[in-house]
Parts: sequence; C-alpha cells; structure tokens
Amino acid sequence: MLEKALKGGRTYWTWVAALLAVIGVGVACYIYQFFMGLGITGMSRDVSWGFYIAQFTFLVGVAASGVMVVLPFYLHDYKAFGKITILGEFLAIPAVLMCMLFIFVDMGQPLRVLNVLLHPTLNSVMFYDMCVLAGYLVLNILVGWTSLGAERKGIAPPKWVKPFVILSIAWAPSIHTVTAFLYAGLPGRHFWLSAIMAARFLASAFAGGPALLIILALIVRKYSKFDPGKEAIQTLGKIVTYFMITSTFFLGLEFFTAFYSGIPGHMQSFIYLYKGLDGHHQLVPLMWISTIFAVAALCILVFPFLRRNETILAIAAAMVFISLWIDKGFGLIVGGFVPNPFEGITEYWPTTPEFLIAAGVWAIGFLVLTILYKIAVSIKEESGGEAIH
Amino acid sequence: MGVNRREFLKFVSISTLLGLGGTAVAASVKKEVESSGPYIPDPKALNAKRWAMAVDMSKFKSDEDVQKCIDACHQIHNVPEVDPAHPTQEIKWIWTESYERAFPGNEDEYLAAHYKHMPFLVLCNHCENPPCVRVCPTKATFKRHTDGIVMMDMHRCIGCRFCMAACPYGARSFNFRDPRPFIKKELNPEFPTRTKGVVEKCTFCYERLARGMQPACAEVSNGAIAFGDLDDPDSPVRKVIDNNFTVRRKPELGTHPSVYYVIGGKEHA
Repeated sequence: MLEKALKGGRTYWTWVAALLAVIGVGVACYIYQFFMGLGITGMSRDVSWGFYIAQFTFLVGVAASGVMVVLPFYLHDYKAFGKITILGEFLAIPAVLMCMLFIFVDMGQPLRVLNVLLHPTLNSVMFYDMCVLAGYLVLNILVGWTSLGAERKGIAPPKWVKPFVILSIAWAPSIHTVTAFLYAGLPGRHFWLSAIMAARFLASAFAGGPALLIILALIVRKYSKFDPGKEAIQTLGKIVTYFMITSTFFLGLEFFTAFYSGIPGHMQSFIYLYKGLDGHHQLVPLMWISTIFAVAALCILVFPFLRRNETILAIAAAMVFISLWIDKGFGLIVGGFVPNPFEGITEYWPTTPEFLIAAGVWAIGFLVLTILYKIAVSIKEESGGEAIH
Repeated sequence: MGVNRREFLKFVSISTLLGLGGTAVAASVKKEVESSGPYIPDPKALNAKRWAMAVDMSKFKSDEDVQKCIDACHQIHNVPEVDPAHPTQEIKWIWTESYERAFPGNEDEYLAAHYKHMPFLVLCNHCENPPCVRVCPTKATFKRHTDGIVMMDMHRCIGCRFCMAACPYGARSFNFRDPRPFIKKELNPEFPTRTKGVVEKCTFCYERLARGMQPACAEVSNGAIAFGDLDDPDSPVRKVIDNNFTVRRKPELGTHPSVYYVIGGKEHA
C-alpha cells in the first residue's frame, strides 16, 4: 500500500519538501544539542522540564483521542464514523511517534535510553508510560493497516482484528491516565498534585484531538476526491463541544479548590500563569490567549446553528486546538515548576534551537501523518470510502 | 607482571585490532586481573543503620563558617562553579537558603530578623521514603538498604530529570553541559568528575564514610553539623536531637528527611 504515497501532485510534493526542510533544520539543531548538552535549551535547575516534555504530554492526548471515532463505530455501530475511523487511527500513529521522539530529545543521555528496558523499574510511572505508549502504537498500526488492506480488497477485515480493536479502545484512556500520573503523584508540586489531573487530561484530549480531526477531515475533502462526510464532521463537532465544556469545568474545579481554600502553595502557580507572581509574568499573555480562545470557541460550539456551518466549525476547532495546546503543551508543565521548592521564581522560555528541534519533531509527525493519510485517502477514493466491520 | 584494568583493556583491544586473537591473549592475562580478589571493606569504615545529620544553626558564628562547609564539599566532589553565562543551570550539592525559602509555609512576617536572615545550609535530605527513588525509571538513584543513603549511579542515569521534578527539596542538579571546564578549584583525582546529561546531588560522603571519615561539611563545621546513626541512641546526631528542639524540612510530605535543624540552640533559648 505504501506505493500510494509515492504518487502525488505538485501540492503534495511541495508540502512534503517543506516538511523535509523543517526536519533537516531540526536534525541539525539536535546534533548541536547532542554535542553541547541540554544547556542549549531554556531549561534550568528550577524548570527542569520544558517545551519538549510539554509537547509530549499534549501529543499523548492527541494519540488517545483516536478512540473518539473508533469507539462509536465499533461499539455502537455508528455508521457515519465508518469512513473516518482510519483517520483517527492514522492520527494516533504519528502522535505516539512524536511523543517518543520528544522524550528522546529531552534525554540528557540519549544513548542510554535502553537502560529503561535493561533495568525495568516497576515503581516508576515512566516505565509504565513507555509500555502503554509502545503498546498503543503497535495496536494502531496493526488495526489501521489491516482494516485498510481489507478495504482495498473490498472485503471485511479478518475476524482476529476485532479483539485488538476492543483492546485499543480500552487502551487509549490508559495512555493518558498514565501520563497524568507522571505529574499527579509528585509530593511538593502542588500544581500537579491533584486527583482530577488524569480526568482533566482526558477531557482536554477528547476535545483537542477531535478538533484536529475536524480540520484534517476538511483538508482531506478539499484536496482529494474522498469526502469524510458531513454527518461525521458534525458529530465530531458535538464531541468537541461536550469535552471542551468538561475540560473547562475541570479547570474551574482546580481554580475553586485553590482559591477558596486559600492555601498559598495551591494558588501560586495559577497566579503565576494568569496574573504574574512577584513581578514575573512571561506566560501571562499566552495563558490569556488560551482562555480567550476557549471562551470564544465555546460560545460558537454551544449553538448548533453556528457549528453547522463548517467554516465556523473549523474556526472554532482551530481555537479549541490552540487553546488546549497552550494550556497543556506549555502552561501546565512550566506552571508546575513555578514557584520552585523554595518558593522562588525562575522563568522559562524555549531557546531558538530548542524550538527548532521541537518543530522538527512536529514535522516528522506531519510527514508520517501525510504519508499515512495519502495512502488511506487513495484507497478510499477507489473504494468509495465505506469501511466494513 | 603487574597489569591494571586499564592497561589490560588497552592490551586486549589493540591485540584484537591487530588480529592477534584477543581472546587468547585475554585468557593469559585474565588470571592476573582476577587475582586482585574480592572487595574487602576498609576496617576503618563507618557503619550505621540510618545515617542522619543535625545542623545546629546557632553554632555557626559567621557567614565564613557556613561557606567553609560548602567549599569543602564542592572542592572534594569536583562540583563545577556557576557558569556566568548560564547561572540558572548551576550545580550545587550544599548551599544556603533563608528561613522562609528553606521552610516555605512556615513564614511569619513578625519572625525576628535574626532567624529570618540565618543562612540555613540545605542539601539532600536522604529521605527514608525518597520520591526521587520512587520515580527513577532505571534505579540510577537508589536508597542503599544498609545505611539509608540515597545514592546516585552516574553511569546509569539517562538524564530524564524525573527525580528533579519529584524532589520536594530542590536538592538535585542536572549537568546541562560538560561540567569539567568549570571545575576551577584544584581537581580532586580521588572523586569522579561527571559527564553532561546526568543528575547529581549530595551523597552524604559515602566515599569518606567507607574510609572512616566524617562527611566533609561536618568535618569542617566546628561541631555545628553533627553526623551519625539515627538508629543509635548514643550517636552524636541523636544527642543533638535529644537535647534540642529540632525541625525538618517539609515533614508533612511523608518523605521522612534525615537532615535535622536546630534553630535556636542553647545560647538563644
């Protein structure tokens, strides 16, 4: 099936070339980082995780969100999603891949990565995170590839795939729960030490992931003869709406607990992020953009007549995605480190090479996504797009 | 013929490269290397069930007294100096913090200035229940079961910095770049320098204890830092705890720190 990715028009190849260029710059910056150490990043003794780990965290959510189209189709026989399950599965694959790459580029001693397998440590959440991510990647490749192969031949997927589909549905929430546990179990990091962390992660993932899927579905329709279907896109819009409300509600719960209790440790990170603390307010504009986008998107999404217009829906979806990206792909991680254990403040901002390495990883993800979508869409164009199950 | 490990490896690798058959050569020299025998601990080594430290702030008479402890530690452990271009990426094993920074949550605006400005020595607390050990994915940081020291294996650390996120005391430093050019003081050849990309921290001078010596900071503290076995009622550290009101940093987190502080001391009581 890979040969489908080798046939494309001018736009396709220009896009691929652009991604390759960004990847090239990213790789060059990574080689620089490899020899110089993580000192070339904006990270510090106090903010010891930054942009890389934040991107990883956000992308685990994108990966997990594939379940939002797989579940209704397989468990509820919701036919409209038959055409786009493959888009969900094929979004999960590059997302997990990017997660792994972001972990890798964040390591101080990348050549020792296999120590995690050589000395498996069952009390470390990171060990489980590696296991669930690798498992989820395998499941999605297996299910996605097999189903698409069957569709190409015009037959139903083999029966043995079904148990793996069910497993992948159960598996999806686990990857984001375990990722939340990386943070939610640390004593002394008040901002993260919250029982609702995993729930918040899942809610924001199930809003942000489908929002991206809406945009991708619209792009696919524009640039190919395959139409993911108006109903499927509208249903995704409803999913984004409900989960965005849930996500915002959960964030509100955090605010209530912090500020009604008045416990300084619980309030300080929020104050730093949204208002600035002791004269430090580097992240405040970003957090307010996130907030404004969230509110604006919700104002659109809650009205069915607005979100029925696909252009407006696309704008709302983009705002949801950017809002959650800022919140989880930046603020949530940096906020956990400010203030530090001495209640002092060290601010963080990624350096240019750090940003370019991150861009390179994103470009690798988009390249894999482009190739996978190209294959899927080419086959859909031939088959008419209906998956059988 | 005396062959040490380094020479032996050099010999074997060169022979292999030259096609002389590394294994054959190895077999002949192997006996020499093995004859070095099993590791026998130094009979002078100090042992304890749980090492602990009591820092009596009243016994530090000047800032120089405190600085002496820091310098002693950082010199013998080859801790690099702050890179002026990257001050936020500094490495430190023991340093000073004000009362409200060392004990956040206990701040009081009416606290006497004398206490407020005391230079509290802070370091790894060698917790009985260490969160850093709990989160490490490779056991590169581990609690030694014999004496409770929270150790670092710099050769196993993958540099993920999960331990830094987990430590509630900010005790850990990461080598953001090669530390060696920043070791400005005299290099101590008896303690390994570190490479870039690994985390490090105080290890209660395990290497000195193994040779019968007190931790460096305690040794130069003129009695302000008591060190001993928490499990032994007659140990110096227990004597300080028995005779003074002591506090530990963030005990509410359940980590059970092994570093105690005496704030007032007898002269101030």
